[in-house]
Amino acid sequence: MVKKNKKKGFLSDKVFDIANVCIMIILFFVFTYPLYYVLISSFSSPAAVWSGNVTLWPKDFTLIGYKELLGFGRMWIGYRNTIFYTVAGTMLNVFMTVLCAYPLSQRDWLPRNFFLKMCLFTMYFNGGLIPTYLVVKSLGLTNTGLAMIIPGALSFYNALIVRNYFMNSIPAELNEAAKLDGANAVQYLVHVVLPLSKPVLAVVTLYYAVSHWNDYYNALVYIFDRDLQPLQSVLREVFASVSVNTTDPQGTAEINVEALYQKAQLAQNLKFTSIIVSMVPMLAIYPFIQKYFVKGAMIGAVKG
Amino acid sequence: MKKRIWKDLRKNWLLWVMFLPVFLYYIIFSYTPMYGILLAFKDYKTKKGIWGSGWVGLKHFERLFSAYNFELILGNTIGISLYSLCVSFPLAILFALMLNYLRLSKLKKTVQMVSYAPHFISNVVVCGMLSIFLDPNNGIVNGFLNSMGIASVAFLSQPGMFKTIYVLSGVWQGLGWSAIIYISALAGVDYQLHEAAIIDGATKLQRIQHVDIPAISPTITMLLILNLGSLMGVGFEKVYLLQNDLNFNASDIIATYTYRVGMVNQDYGYSTAVGLFNTVINLVLLITANTTARKVNGEGLW
Repeated sequence: MVKKNKKKGFLSDKVFDIANVCIMIILFFVFTYPLYYVLISSFSSPAAVWSGNVTLWPKDFTLIGYKELLGFGRMWIGYRNTIFYTVAGTMLNVFMTVLCAYPLSQRDWLPRNFFLKMCLFTMYFNGGLIPTYLVVKSLGLTNTGLAMIIPGALSFYNALIVRNYFMNSIPAELNEAAKLDGANAVQYLVHVVLPLSKPVLAVVTLYYAVSHWNDYYNALVYIFDRDLQPLQSVLREVFASVSVNTTDPQGTAEINVEALYQKAQLAQNLKFTSIIVSMVPMLAIYPFIQKYFVKGAMIGAVKG
Repeated sequence: MKKRIWKDLRKNWLLWVMFLPVFLYYIIFSYTPMYGILLAFKDYKTKKGIWGSGWVGLKHFERLFSAYNFELILGNTIGISLYSLCVSFPLAILFALMLNYLRLSKLKKTVQMVSYAPHFISNVVVCGMLSIFLDPNNGIVNGFLNSMGIASVAFLSQPGMFKTIYVLSGVWQGLGWSAIIYISALAGVDYQLHEAAIIDGATKLQRIQHVDIPAISPTITMLLILNLGSLMGVGFEKVYLLQNDLNFNASDIIATYTYRVGMVNQDYGYSTAVGLFNTVINLVLLITANTTARKVNGEGLW
């Protein structure tokens, strides 16, 4: 840690400190302003946002965008689907991760190195898009909710984080003691190892949950049915579809321009409100969990 | 060997059982698709399956190498990732160094906390926000430019701007997150070195240059080599989401091409070949990088 510098003599140090503080304050705004802008725009009248009058706080405060969003059924279907994919997927992920990490952490397990290499290889080499797609398709998983959960049931990167934790943070003597008491591997895992591994399990649970919540790719490849689409696919449509008819410069000028404008403004507003609504769970828990994310990145950085 | 396996099966049978689902998962979802790579050398017919379809040798690869856009997508893939590496990589180190010297601990914590946040925002939302902010008619960026007397620019429709947009938004997404590893390395620097430097009359910039950077240079080398190893691994999602007909010449990369010929045109054999080409180059780069890392650092990824 940087202690306080007793000698304050250097002019260059003062310049450095002041510049540093200024840059950090600027960075603070760079990181937060885009989200803040989306937030205030979602509460402002569509016309004010459209004409660029919203910059620092909401203008003509209104909830019309949110009301509009409430009536947008597909968004809520997507929301429901994503909650389901996230909860079920994360539970399966954590289960599989423990099943993978624990045997691979046991030094006296004969095939440990063989299976470790088998798993590691998949991190660097894979069949690619089409061969994987054909496998998922031949199992009958395409266009079912399971396609969002099962092909990604395990991330070996996360399993390695957990394995490292099992190996480095849980004293091997505990295993000996448990064996003497007559506990088998499963009992030892459930009653001793897992309760001691809560921090690392929390971290990988969060990693998995976030990746499910943000997943767009799997839906793009495996899901065609609109009713099964996750939130991110619906969001993508909200962003993509409306901008087409609003930015057309030679748009059909004869049609009621006023009404067209209003429609475009509402569509624009829908983008802001849907971003906010899609991030509500994340924004709500972020301040409480961010220290775990960091901890996880540190654990992950330690090679095992 | 057989005897030893039987002995271990008896002794550790629970571990074997535990690992079984993981084993099956990898066999089904990783190793079976690897078998499917055969498609790259075959003319796939749905009815005949992977094994039954006829061999075509290197036809798909010849088609790829002689495709009119082969150089373009290869150039875009490498271009985007080199550009991204050159900008993001040093910035993360710089950010970590500056945070390390920030004395106002409240500001430090706050900036650190908000800097991680974008890492957890989905690519769909980030790209959606980009399209809103950069909109030529009413985007806030063009609003700002207009107020300075500059005419609006249709950023996302210009091929020349695509890579810059991709890279800068990538910095916004990843700066804080990629700085974490340097921050923790800097926290491990022995403070006695700093004290000695202070007594010798070193300014902060000199301390950064002569104490901090040498101390974290193994981390820097390691990460740089690893990044070089994934040079061809530009993520599909963000490029795909930012792509449109107008910026296509700058935004078509191997991953999006694989998707297009495979999932859209359903040209399975060819798409597999394109994907395999990318994977193999990736693997070669990674092995080279790892060997270099071993020589330089004494240890690599594996």
